[in-house]
Amino acid sequence: MDMSQYLEIFIDETKEHLQSLNESLLELEQNPQNVATLNEIFRVAHTIKGMAGTMGFNKMAKLTHEMESVLHALRNNEVKITPNLVDILFMCLDALENYTESIVNTGGEGSNDYNSIVLELSNAMNKKVEKPEMDKETENTQITSEEVEINSYKTAQFKLNQYEQNVAYKAKEMGMNVLKITVVLNKGCVLKSARSFIIFQTLERHSDIIRSEPRVEDIEDEKFDFEFTVVCITKEEPLFFQNDINSIAEVDEVIITSLGYEDFQLSEIEITDIPSTTASTEPVKAEDEASGDTKVEKNNHNNHAQKSKTGKTVRVDIDRLDVLMNLVSELIIIKTRLEGIDTGDRTQSYNEAVEYLERITTNLHDAVMKVRMVPVEMVFNRFPRMIRDVARDLKKEIVLNMFGEETELDRTVIDEIGDPLIHLLRNSADHGIESIEKRIEAGKPSAGQINLRAYQDGNNVVIEVEDDGQGINLEKVKNKAIEKGIVKRDIANTLTQKDIVNFLFKPSFSTQEQITDLSGRGVGLDVVKTKIEQLGGVVEIETEWGKGSKFIIRLPLTLAIIQALLVVIGEEKYAIPLNSTKEIIKITPDQIMMVQKQEVIMIRDSVIPIVRLDKILEIPKDDKTAKQLTVVIVKKGERLSGFLVDSLIGQQEIVIKSLGKLLSGIKYMAGATILGDGNVALILDVNSLAI
Amino acid sequence: MGNTVSVERKQYVVFLLGKENYGVEIHSVTTIEKMLPYARVPKTPDYIKGVINLRGEIVPIMDIRTRFGMEVIDETEETRVIIIKINDISLGIIVDEVDEVLELKEEAIENVANFTNDLSMDYILGVGKIDGRIVTLLNIEKLADISNDNIALGE
Repeated sequence: MDMSQYLEIFIDETKEHLQSLNESLLELEQNPQNVATLNEIFRVAHTIKGMAGTMGFNKMAKLTHEMESVLHALRNNEVKITPNLVDILFMCLDALENYTESIVNTGGEGSNDYNSIVLELSNAMNKKVEKPEMDKETENTQITSEEVEINSYKTAQFKLNQYEQNVAYKAKEMGMNVLKITVVLNKGCVLKSARSFIIFQTLERHSDIIRSEPRVEDIEDEKFDFEFTVVCITKEEPLFFQNDINSIAEVDEVIITSLGYEDFQLSEIEITDIPSTTASTEPVKAEDEASGDTKVEKNNHNNHAQKSKTGKTVRVDIDRLDVLMNLVSELIIIKTRLEGIDTGDRTQSYNEAVEYLERITTNLHDAVMKVRMVPVEMVFNRFPRMIRDVARDLKKEIVLNMFGEETELDRTVIDEIGDPLIHLLRNSADHGIESIEKRIEAGKPSAGQINLRAYQDGNNVVIEVEDDGQGINLEKVKNKAIEKGIVKRDIANTLTQKDIVNFLFKPSFSTQEQITDLSGRGVGLDVVKTKIEQLGGVVEIETEWGKGSKFIIRLPLTLAIIQALLVVIGEEKYAIPLNSTKEIIKITPDQIMMVQKQEVIMIRDSVIPIVRLDKILEIPKDDKTAKQLTVVIVKKGERLSGFLVDSLIGQQEIVIKSLGKLLSGIKYMAGATILGDGNVALILDVNSLAI
Repeated sequence: MGNTVSVERKQYVVFLLGKENYGVEIHSVTTIEKMLPYARVPKTPDYIKGVINLRGEIVPIMDIRTRFGMEVIDETEETRVIIIKINDISLGIIVDEVDEVLELKEEAIENVANFTNDLSMDYILGVGKIDGRIVTLLNIEKLADISNDNIALGE
C-alpha cells in the first residue's frame, strides 16, 4: 500500500505529539507524583506507537513500545520515578525526534536502533523485580573491588551482567566489535567530570556504551579516581578510538581490549548474576538529585486549554496560502480599477455595489493575512527543555519564564526566528547567569531567571530575552575592541555605552576567555544580528553590570506586507521600505557640496552623503535642474544617506513579491510589488544603495 | 500498426519574428498574453525588457529580437508575450506574432550542426520542415540562462 500520501500527516502529527511529550516530561520532572501527566505521556507514547506501526516504522514502534512498558509499570506503581528514569525518557524523546527528523529528510527512519536506550528502559523495568537483591549486589561489588587491588587498572575488573552479556553477544554475532576501554586521566586534571564527559561524547559518537565502571552518575559527580572503564559496542576498530581519545587533553593512558565470545558466557550459572545498575539509581541518591541543581519552570498554566483548542484545525500548505494571497491582491487591484471607471452614467446603485465590494475585499485581505499568522508558541515550546539541558550541563540553576506565547507572527518569520532565539537563550544561560556560588556571593537567589517575552507593539512584534545574570562588562568589551583593532584607543574613550555594546555584534567577537561547548566561539551575535536584519528586524541590548542583560528583538508582523514610501524618478516608480527611511527633506541644488568627490548635504550639523538614484539605476531622464530637490534620508544601520528622488507619491502598504528565479539576487532591488493600478513597482534595497 | 514513430511527435508553438518562423515546445509554454505594461529593471542585460504583473505573479519579459541581435521594432496589435516556464524559471518572451501550433515528427527536424555562423546559433535546437515551411526550434533552457550577460547579478 502506498503510504506516501499519509507521510506528511504522520510527520506533522508526530511532531505535535513529541512536543506534547516534551512538555509532559518537563512537567513530570517537576511533579513526579502527578498521575494525570503520567497518563498523558502514556497516551502520547501509545499514539506514536500506533502511528509508527501503521506507517511501517518498526524501530520507532519498538522504542515506543518499550517506553510504554515502563510507563505502564510506572502507572501501576511497580517502578518508582527517579530523575534517572526521567532522563531515560528524555533520551527516548530525543531518539524519537531523530527518527522523525530522518523520516522528514530521507523518508525512512534510519538505521539507528538506539539499543542503549532500549537497554536502559528494560533495566529500569528489571529493577522492580530485582529490588530485594539490591543489597546483595552492593556487597558483591565491594568484594570484587577488594580482590582486584593488585591489578593496576582496578576499574577494568568487573564482569558484565547477564543482560549486558546478551547484548554484547548479539552485537558480536552481527559483526560488531565489543571493546573494553580503560581511560586514565592525568593526575593534574582539575575538572575530571568535564574531561570524562568529553571522552564519553567522543565515544558515543561512534559507539553505544553498554557499561561504565564506575557508573556514569558517579563519574559526573567526580566520585572516581583518575581512571574509568567502559564497555561499548561499535563498528569501528580499537585503533580508531585509541587515536580519538588520545587526542583529548589530559588523558594519560588508554587501554583498549577487544572482547571475544569467551568473555560472554551464556551459561546457566551466570543467569543468577544480578543485573547491574548501569541505568538505575539507588532511591536515596535519586531523592538527592531531585532536589538538585537543575530546575526549569514553565509559567504557562493555561497551556492545556490552548492545546485542546488547536484540535479543530486544518493543515494547509503555505504555498496554497500564497496562491490565495495572490488572488486577493488581484481582487483588490480589479476593485481599484472598477472605482476608477468614470463613464459618466454611474448610478447610485453602482456606487453602492463598488463600496460593498471594497468592504468585502478589505475583510478578505485581513482574513487571509490572519491565516498566515501563527503564535510564537510554536517556536517557544522547545525552549524549556533546552534550558533544562543547558542548565544541567553548566551546573547552574536556571528558571525560564515565558510570557506572551500567544503573540502571533507571520509563518515565514516564525520559521526563521528559532535559531537566533536559541542563540540568545544559550548566551544568557552561558555568559549571563552566573554559577550558583557566584550568585550567592553577589547576594542573588541561587536560581537565575531568564525571561522570554513576546508582545505586539504597533506593526511590530517584540521578543525580549532577559536574564538577571552578571550583565556585560563594558570595559572588557571596549578593551577587546581596541585589541582587535576595531576601534582606536582615543576614540574608544568617547564612545557611548550603546556604541560599545554594539561591538558584540561584530563578527568573531567574544569576550569569553574560555571556549565552552555552548557559546564563546565568537560566532554568535553577529549571526543573530544578520538573521534578524534579513527578517527586516532590529536587535538591541540593554545591560547593567551585575544586574543582567536584555536582548530586544523587534520584528515586522509579516514579511509579505510592508509599509513603503512610493517615489517617482524620471518616469519610473519605486518603493522604499518605510522602516529604513528616516525623514524627507527639500533642498535647493546649491546646498549640495562636494567632499572628497562625494556629494553631501549638511542637515542639523551632520554630513549626509547624497545618492543620485537616477544615475545608479540608469533611469532615462532629461537633465534640466529643478529648483527644489527632494531627498529621502534613509538609514543603513546607524549611518544615514540621502536618496535624491523627483517626487513623492506617498506612503502605502505594499505586498512584497519576488522578482522570480531569473532575476533573483539582482543588485539594488529587494523585490517588486503590484500597485493599485496593476502596474509593477520595484522595491529598492536600501542596504546596497546607501553609502 | 507499424507506426511506432508517432511516439516521437512533438507539438510546437510557432511564432513570427519578422518573416521567420520560430517554434518553442508546447510543454514549456504556460500562457500566451497580449503585451502588458512592464516596469524596467535596472542593471539587467538590455534584452530584459522588464517585469510584468501576470495575475499577481511578477514575471520578467525578454525582448527576443534584441537578444538575437535583430532590429528592434515597435509593438503592434499582434505583439504577444509567450510565457514559458523551465527549471522553475518563469520568463515571458516578446514575439511579433503567434501563428499556430504545429506537430512535428522527429525525422522532420534537422540538426543545426549543418548550419553555421550565426550569433543566435546557441539558442537553436534544430530546424523543422513541414509543408515547405521552415521553423527554427528554440532551445528554451539556453534562452532562460542569462548568467553570462548578467553583469549586475551576484556579488
